[in-house]
Amino acid sequence: MNDSLLSGEGYNIADILDGFPHGVAILDNDLRLVTMNRFLEGLTGYSSVDTRGIYGDSIIRSNLGNRGQIFQQVLTTGEPVVLEGDIINRGRRRIIIQFTISPLRDHLDRIIGLIVVLEDISSLPSVISTQGFPDDSTEILGHSLKMQEVFELMPLMARTDASILITGETGTGKDKIAEAIHKTSKRGRHPFIKINCGALPESLLESELFGHIKGAFTGAVKDKPGMFKLAQDGTIFLTEIGDMPLPLQVKLLSVLDDREFFPVGGDKKVKVDVRIIAATHRSLREEVEQGNFREDLFYRLNVLHMHLPPLRERDGDIRFLLDHFLREFTKRLDKKINGFTARSIDLLTSYNYPGNIRELRNIVEYCANLCQDDKIRTEHLPKYLFDPSTPPVPAQDQTSRIPPSSASSQQTGSPEKDWLAIEKDMIVQALMKVHGNRSKAAKELGWGRTTLWRKLSLHNLS
Amino acid sequence: MKILITIHANSVAQRFDLAPEVLIAHHDGYQVVDEPRTIIMSRPSAEELCNLIIKENITTVICGGIEERHYKFLVWKQINVLDSVIGDYLTALHLAGRGKLSAGAILPSLPDKEDPV
Repeated sequence: MNDSLLSGEGYNIADILDGFPHGVAILDNDLRLVTMNRFLEGLTGYSSVDTRGIYGDSIIRSNLGNRGQIFQQVLTTGEPVVLEGDIINRGRRRIIIQFTISPLRDHLDRIIGLIVVLEDISSLPSVISTQGFPDDSTEILGHSLKMQEVFELMPLMARTDASILITGETGTGKDKIAEAIHKTSKRGRHPFIKINCGALPESLLESELFGHIKGAFTGAVKDKPGMFKLAQDGTIFLTEIGDMPLPLQVKLLSVLDDREFFPVGGDKKVKVDVRIIAATHRSLREEVEQGNFREDLFYRLNVLHMHLPPLRERDGDIRFLLDHFLREFTKRLDKKINGFTARSIDLLTSYNYPGNIRELRNIVEYCANLCQDDKIRTEHLPKYLFDPSTPPVPAQDQTSRIPPSSASSQQTGSPEKDWLAIEKDMIVQALMKVHGNRSKAAKELGWGRTTLWRKLSLHNLS
Repeated sequence: MKILITIHANSVAQRFDLAPEVLIAHHDGYQVVDEPRTIIMSRPSAEELCNLIIKENITTVICGGIEERHYKFLVWKQINVLDSVIGDYLTALHLAGRGKLSAGAILPSLPDKEDPV
C-alpha cells in the first residue's frame, strides 16, 4: 500500500473500503474504531458514524478474547494474524468469521493502527460440514411429508433472486427458513438483515428501512444509512409484512420496481441491490380484500411463495421434535431423563400446538425442569394441556380447531382420565359429523390419519 | 427491580456468552439499595448465565451482544432484556434503574482510563 493510499490523497478511503467484498474496520492505536466499510455495517448492524471512537471489539463483538487481546498482540508484534471465530451482531445472530488482522503503518513504518478484515464464512460448505450449525436454533427439523416439500423447495428458492413470501402461523419457523435460504443463495456471504414491520411506528419504520438525512426531522442529528443500504448485496427479511402501514407499502413497491429510493429528507436517490424475503402470519389475500394491503405489492412479493405447515399438520414430527428438544434440555439441565411415559406422549402428540414449534419447545423445557424422574410423566406436563378450551387456535386456521367439548365442564377424577374421556368424545363426534369417513375426521380434528388411527386403537374405537 | 449486568472490567461485557463476571443489584427506581453483588463465572457460558438469571429471580438483564435463542428464552421467562448496551456498567445500572436505558444504547461516557486489554 503506498503513502497516498494511506493518507487518502486523491482517494476517498471510504469508497475504497466499500469496494471490498468483506467487512473491513480500521482501528487506531487505542483499538478504537476509526471507520468501517458498508459491508461491516451490514454484518454488525452498526453504522460507522455512530460508533466512531468506540472500542472496536465493542462493535465487532468477536470471541477472539475480551477487549481485543489479539488486536493488541498484532499492534505489539506487527505480525498479521488470520483466525477463525465468530461475532454476535446487533440482530442477535452469531456469524462464523475468518478474521485477518494486520498492522497499519505510516510512511515512517510506524504502526498507527490496525486493519481488520472480516469474512463471513458461515455459508462455506467446509464450515457447515465441520461445524454444522452449532447453534441449534438455526436447525430446521422435520420428517413429515409436508416438511419434505418445504426442504425440496428451499434450494430452488435459493438458486433464484426473486422475492419470496413465506406464510405460516406463529412459531412455524419462518425466520429460520428465510435465513437458511439466504445462507445457501449466492448472496449468502453478504448481510442478512431482519426487520419486524409490525414492531415500529410508521415514521420510525421508514427511517429504519430507508435511512434518513441529517436534519430530516427533530432528533436526526446525523445521516443514517437504513437497513436497505446496510443489506447491500445481501437479503433483507421483512417479517410481519402484513402489518406494514399502507404509505410505506408504496415506497417498498417502488424499491422493488426500481431498486432505488429516497432516504427520509433526502433529495438524492440511493441505489441498492438487495433480495427481499417477506413473511407474515396473516392471510395477505384477505388483507388485500379488506384494503389493508396493496394488491400490486402482494403480487410483487408473492413471486415465490412458501407456506409453512402448522405443527398439527406435520404427521410424525411432533414425536420427533419432542425427543429432540428433550435431549437438548436434558443435556442443558444436566439431568438423566430418557424419555416420556406412554400416557404423557399420548397427550403430547394429540395436543393441537397453536404456538407450533415454539410452544412445543417451551412445553418440553417446562417438563424437563419439573421432572425429577427418569421419564416425563403426565404430572410434569403444563396443566393447560388438560384443558382443551384454554389455548386459542390462531384465527388463520379455524378449520382444524379441536372442538370444545361439553365434557370439559364436568371434569371429575384425575385430569389425565378426564382428558382421555374428552378425547374419545371428540373423536366420536368428529366421526359422526363426517359419517364415519376417517380422512375427513382426521382433518376435522386437526390430526394426520396415522394419529387418528392410533387414537382409535387406544380408545378401542377401531 | 432486580438487575443483572454482565460485566468486564468497568464496562458492560461485549458478549453475553463470554461474560467473565456479573453484577446483581436491587434498584428502587431512585437508587441502588443494598450492596450489589458480583459473581465471577467459573467459566463463561450463556446457558449457565440463563440458569443463574432464573435462579436469582432477576427482572432486568443488561448485556452486550446476545444470541437470539438466549434472548428469546429470557423474554419468554418474562425478563426485560436490554441488550447491545455499550459503555460503563454503573452508568447503565443507574439509567436502567430509573427506566431510562434502552436496548442498543451507546452510553456517552466510555471509560477512557481503562486499559483496553
